[in-house]
Order: sequence, then structure tokens, then C-alpha cells
Amino acid sequence: MDKQYMIIDGIEVTIEGERNVLELARKAGIDIPAFCYDPELSIYGACRMCMVENERGSLEASCSMLPKAGAVIKTNTAKLRKYRKMILELLLANHCRDCTICPKSGNCKLQEFAYKFNITDVRFPNNSCQLGSQDKSSVSIVRDSSKCILCGKCVRMCAEVQNVGAIDYAYRGSKKKIATAFDGPIANSPCVGCGQCAAVCPVGAIVVKDDADKVWDAIGDKNTYVDVQVAPAVRVALGKELGLEEGTPLMGKLVTALKEVGFDAVYDTSFGADMTVLEEANEFVGRLSGNGKLPMFTSCCPAWIRFAENKYPEFLSNISTCRSPMQMFAPVLKEAYKGDKKHVHVAIMPCTAKKFEGKRDEFKDKDGNPYVDYVLTTQEVIRMIKEAGIDFKALEDSACDNPFEEITGAGVIFGVTGGVTEAVLRYASSDKSEKALEEITYTGVRGFEGVKEATVKIGDKDVKIAVVSGLNNTSVLLDKIKSGDVYYDLVEVMSCPGGCVNGGGQPQAEREARHYRADGLYKADGVEVKKSSEQNTAVVKLLASMDEHKKHEILHVHYKGNK
Amino acid sequence: MENKIDFSVLDQAIIEYGNQEKSLIAILQRAQEVYRYLPKEIFPYLAEKLNLSEAKIFGVATFYENFSLEKKGKYVVKVCDGTACHVRKSIPILEALRKELNLSEVKKTTDDLMFTVETVSCLGACSSAPAVMVNNEIYPTMTPDTAVALIRSLKENN
Repeated sequence: MDKQYMIIDGIEVTIEGERNVLELARKAGIDIPAFCYDPELSIYGACRMCMVENERGSLEASCSMLPKAGAVIKTNTAKLRKYRKMILELLLANHCRDCTICPKSGNCKLQEFAYKFNITDVRFPNNSCQLGSQDKSSVSIVRDSSKCILCGKCVRMCAEVQNVGAIDYAYRGSKKKIATAFDGPIANSPCVGCGQCAAVCPVGAIVVKDDADKVWDAIGDKNTYVDVQVAPAVRVALGKELGLEEGTPLMGKLVTALKEVGFDAVYDTSFGADMTVLEEANEFVGRLSGNGKLPMFTSCCPAWIRFAENKYPEFLSNISTCRSPMQMFAPVLKEAYKGDKKHVHVAIMPCTAKKFEGKRDEFKDKDGNPYVDYVLTTQEVIRMIKEAGIDFKALEDSACDNPFEEITGAGVIFGVTGGVTEAVLRYASSDKSEKALEEITYTGVRGFEGVKEATVKIGDKDVKIAVVSGLNNTSVLLDKIKSGDVYYDLVEVMSCPGGCVNGGGQPQAEREARHYRADGLYKADGVEVKKSSEQNTAVVKLLASMDEHKKHEILHVHYKGNK
Repeated sequence: MENKIDFSVLDQAIIEYGNQEKSLIAILQRAQEVYRYLPKEIFPYLAEKLNLSEAKIFGVATFYENFSLEKKGKYVVKVCDGTACHVRKSIPILEALRKELNLSEVKKTTDDLMFTVETVSCLGACSSAPAVMVNNEIYPTMTPDTAVALIRSLKENN
């Protein structure tokens, strides 16, 4: 068949199965403005910013318009400009415009469009900033209904991608808002804290809860020793915000920056990840030989744990009892500090749900103090670096502190979907040659598909593995496992689509960015000489020094569930 | 809550309309009819049965004026305030009813849960304006006096 074209702003654009005219135009390099459209969510058509004009002069929303061969449209006409300006003016009339003190300032679509469309005056009165519009009940996110433009991305993300459905539209007309059931605090809802709503919110209506002030206070107190661990996915998500390329692995510079910020010691959570690999692999081998339930689910992702507690409590005993790398490493660091100052331990994570994990009762010492005192997200630490006036680009690389500076590539790739599995497979593989390790990458564990499957020989047994990211994908898989349609021995679950590189605490980015970030992690893995967790001699030595009781106490956890 | 919620009402409605998302409104209507409001307890129950989130059901329940999250009276008195009724003086009827029952714009239901007084935008009975509807019955060409008399007779009948 001949190629089919659509003529957009005089450009012939080939139709290649695009979902809508908006995507087609973007392919041609025409950036049609939109608030409510997201390529990975269902089409909602609410904001009307993406309207285009056809030959007859009538307007249609390009997000909900199918590409049609021969059709001629324009995306920037006097009429469209007038309409878009009107839409913006109306949104701005109903939006709390305290931009200078808004956490989203500089990264807000409404701010960006108001500037681009030259809105310098709003004709309508505005009394949107109101006390009580904020919901600060969650430890992960802060919601502010006075900033909401009702684009509904959060609702679709929560329901379609995560199958959580904590929030939805409520009420009607001018009273319409995004609300939990009975409009209660989000902390009392089924919210798992994944922060994906904040990751898609175009304005400041849902943002990551900021705990940086508490960390600054600890750093500023000379009687307090503050050390920090940095998760794998953080190092590849800093670049763009700090003047470098998206996806570049920047752990070396980050260590220097954190020292300049004032942390006494900096560690890499990859060390904890190596501990997790060894413990979890042992547990898995145990389960394979009849010691515990199969399939075994990975346990690193706190939003997944919460999701299982809420919706699939019957699978709780299938989840590995291994703590997450953050929570394995933290008690080790707490014990290692022998100084006489007060010890505050901070973790920098790509993840808003880790803030919740940090506060769980399961991760407190005998005196009720949390092993991780504060969890900061990548977003918060970027702001701290900027606040400290550090020229990040110009920094030299530094190494992490002794005695936990040794890491492996296996620990680094924990931050991307399939990474945990690949790390376990590297450990389980008896052949550590480059070729053998490369073959593991071809088993199908890499890539951004929501569900990946692989069958791997461990010893003389064929082990069936599934790697899933996104909680809706997870739900579908769990239902199939429950009904007996599929069988797996090991299932890796990450709540955020694509894994931690795309976590709710990472700087907001276009969808392509996660590919750069994942590539960055594989690049960082590439430069590590040691590829497999058992090659981490410090980890092996540490684990060997613990007896079973000790291991049980600080490396494992039994979630009690919340019902 | 004085009574325990009888979920069999919902089970019956689910059997009739099917346990699917599109049956939600019909099921909620049945619940509203039987309980005279949508009790909080039915939200998790329906969420589970219909595989919907509670937030979604709450959204539907708050979208439609006809659903109420608060218990309504035995007699729901709807004073039509559509254009036809309005120009034929429906507001004095509303005021007379509120005065008679000690109700207001905010307080819509009497403490004994006998009467709820609310306005509707059009009952579709414009030829009988001004009209009042009590439960499912239309009372045509009302005046403040006949409306109050109606309420009193309903009280006596109880």
C-alpha cells in the first residue's frame, strides 16, 4: 500500500500507526501544547490545549483525533492562539498562583505555557489560595487542591498503571476536585506512596514531600555525625537538573557534592544491594529445595510491599524475607559508627515510598529509633546541592568511604527493572566469563516491557522467572498465578514502570529519559570490574561475620500486614 | 448508625444488574432507594464486588445530585425551581416548607428523619407549575398554604 500522509502546518507527515494527531504532529517536530495528555495513559481530552484547526475552520482536540490520510490541519492559527490563551486565563483564574514559593516553580507546565503564550494579565478575580487546601498526611507526597487543574493524569496513573485507585474525581462543576474516597486524608487511603502521581502532575498539585530541612539541621549540628547512603538509580537522574546530560552516571561527582554539602561520610546502597543478592539468592535456593513458598517475590520495593499488604495479603508469605538494600545497609552503618556523637543516617533514594519504608515499625531498633533517620529523594538532594551553591559540573570525582566502598556491577543495576534478577543470575551462574555474563543479558531480563519472562538453568533445574514493573502489570500477573494459568519460581516486582530509574522521587522527565537513565546504569555496571555480588569481598566478609541470629535480626523482615 | 446495613439489598441488585462497572449507577440507585442514602459501609463492599476503587464510587456518588451520603427523611419533598415553577412563585413554597419543618438551605432533613426538603431544577411537570414532588408523587399547582397542608396531612398519617 502507498504511504499515507496527513498535512500538518503544510508539512506532509507519514502516518505510521500513530495513536492520534497529537503524536503525529510531535513526530513532525511540532510541539502541540497539552496538559492532560500522556502517551502512556488513556486519552481524556479535558484540557483542550491541544486543539487544532481543520480546513473548514472548525476545531478538534488532537489528542482524541485519529490520523486521517489526506486531512489538512493547522496547529497554530489566530483562532487557536485566542482559544488557548482563554483556556490558560481561565485556569489561572482558578489556580493558586503563589509561584515564587511553590515547590514546582520552574518545572510547572502552567507556568511554562503562561509564559509561552504571553499571558501577562488575567481578567478574572482569583481567590484560589486557601488555607486547608493542602493534604500533608502522607509521608511521601503533598497534595494541594488549590493548584490542581483537573487534568486527571494522577487519577489515570493511579488507576490504570498502578491499579491502586486511591484518588478519583469527586463532586461536580465548580466543586469538582481530585479526592480520595470520602475526601479523607491520602494517608488513610489505599495509596502505596509510589509517587507516580507526582511524577506526572504538570503543576504543583502533587509534589514530593520535602524533608531536606531536617537533614540540613542535622548537618548543621556539630554534635551530630551524619552519614548517607545513595541508591543506584539516583546517580543517573541528576544530570539534566545539574547542567549535564540526562542519564550520565555521576556517582563520583555526587560523592564530592555530598561531602561539600556537609555529610560526614557517603556510602553506596549498591553495597547493600550486594548483601541483598547474596541473602536473597540463598533464600531462593532454600525455597527451591522445599524450604518455603514459591514463587518467591522480590522484596526491595516498598510500594509493592504495601500494595501486597492492601490487595494481595495471601501472597505476603511468598515475598522474600530479605530486607531492601537500604534497610540491610542501614543497621550495618549504625553499628559501624563508633564515635560518640549522635548518629543520623540519611538515605538518598529515587523513591517516595522509601520515605514510608524508613518509618515502618519493622525497621526500628530496640529503642524504637529508625535505622534510617531520613529518606531524601533525588529531587530534594538536587535542591540541596543547588542551595549550597555547588558548581556540580566542575566537581572532581570522589570515592565512597571506607570500609564499605567496595561495590559490584550487580548492585548498581538494581535500579532498573530486571536488574535484581540479573544480579541474582550472575551470582547463580557458575561461569563468570564475560561471555557468560553477556548471555544473561539476552535471557530477556533487560528492557522496558511491563512483563518479561525468562527460563534459566540453575544447577540442573529449569527456573522460571518473571520480571514485572508497574503495579497493574503486577496485579494481572498475580491473578494469573492465583488461577494457575502461569507458574514461576521467582518474580521480580518493581512498582514504578521501568523500575527505580523512573521512581516517583526522581526529577520529572519525559518518557525517553528513563531509557537514558537505564542505559546510564548499565554503563556504570560496565565500568565495574567486579560484576557479581559474591566478588564483593567486603560484603562476603561482613556476612560471614554474622551468625544466623544476627542475620535474622538485621537482614530479614516479616511484614505483619496492615489488616 | 442505628441499623446494621443489610448487604443482601446490594447482592440482589448486583444479581439483577450484573457485577460490572456499568451497573454501578443502577446499583447505587437501588441502595439510595432502600437505605434512603448511601451508607459509608457500602463503598468498600461494592468496591470489592465490582472491582472498582472506593474513590471511583465516591466520585460517582458525589457527581449526581440524586445520591446522598447523608440519610434522607422518609418523605423527600422536592420543590421544583425550574424556570416555569420559579416564575410561578416556587420560592415562597420552599420558604413556607422550610419554616414549617424548621429546615434551611444547610439543614435539609428533620431530626426525626421524617422530611427532607430540597429543590430540583426541573421535574418535567411544567404545565402543573409550581410543582412539588413527594417521594415519587407529583403535587401540581401548589401554593405555600397547600404545601404546608400537605406536610401536615403526611404527619398525621404517621
